[in-house]
Amino acid sequence: MAGSHADVRKHVRTYLMVFGALAVGTALTVAASYVHISTGWNNAIALVIASVKASLVAAIFMHLKWERGVSIWWTLLICAAFFLVLIFLPVLTTFDLPRQAQHGMWG
Amino acid sequence: MSAETLPYTVHPHPITGVYSGKLGTWLFLASEVMLFGALFSSYVLLRVSAAHWPGHDETHLSVPIGTFNTLVLIVSSVTMVMAWASLKMNEFAKARWYLAATVVLALVFLLVKLFFEYMPKWEHGHRPGFSSFFALYYTLTGLHALHIIGGIIVITYFLLPGSALWKKDPEYYTNRIECTGLYWHFVDLVWIFLFPVLYLM
Repeated sequence: MAGSHADVRKHVRTYLMVFGALAVGTALTVAASYVHISTGWNNAIALVIASVKASLVAAIFMHLKWERGVSIWWTLLICAAFFLVLIFLPVLTTFDLPRQAQHGMWG
Repeated sequence: MSAETLPYTVHPHPITGVYSGKLGTWLFLASEVMLFGALFSSYVLLRVSAAHWPGHDETHLSVPIGTFNTLVLIVSSVTMVMAWASLKMNEFAKARWYLAATVVLALVFLLVKLFFEYMPKWEHGHRPGFSSFFALYYTLTGLHALHIIGGIIVITYFLLPGSALWKKDPEYYTNRIECTGLYWHFVDLVWIFLFPVLYLM
């Protein structure tokens, strides 16, 4: 945890560096969207940059980098697990599961 | 405040390892992840099952305006965390300026959203009933905008009447600002995903 004034002063420099990184990340996302590779690759690149930006916000601005409270890490772990289920569940609907069970994946 | 005060507002709770306001805020944010997660899940479901999904040449969402608002929110996150850092360094006057700046930036975001995005889209007939994309667009950005309004209310409270707590119990006040910041950074974090998903993908 950030205790002394000197610690916080050091953090301020980190905050400004993160701001720079987030601004660059935003510019990169926009620039990348104008370079068309394929929809799949473009979307993947956009999501990877967004994830890096979000991680920076969570780690530095939300102080998770310095967080030692185990209860918070458990909350986040469980939350992340359910979030992944939420996001990947609809992708499963693109597979015809009953048919595949009968005829195999490529049948 | 009443004679009975909340326990563990400043010092970590022996079992959870953090002051209770912080754990409460994180639990709330976890529920928020589920709320937005359900809508992102709907987005994935509608998109993977759609025969055609409009690109930004069809939706006419303005990338420059979206980029501008993204930067506004990022700067507001910096001012929010600087407000907390200033309190940690005992600079209350500075912290108030940072809080005020955060509110102003939040208002800029909302006004840009309303006057340069919602209103022109609405007039062109791009309303929630126009397509699955616009139904999702209004639901996701609308819920996000409600969170911005909520943030403005909370930050304004701590800027004006709530700031009396600084004189009474500065550490408690600093922690409450940290929790407000956690929420505010989360709202920024949601937008970091909303922007590419709706404007660029």
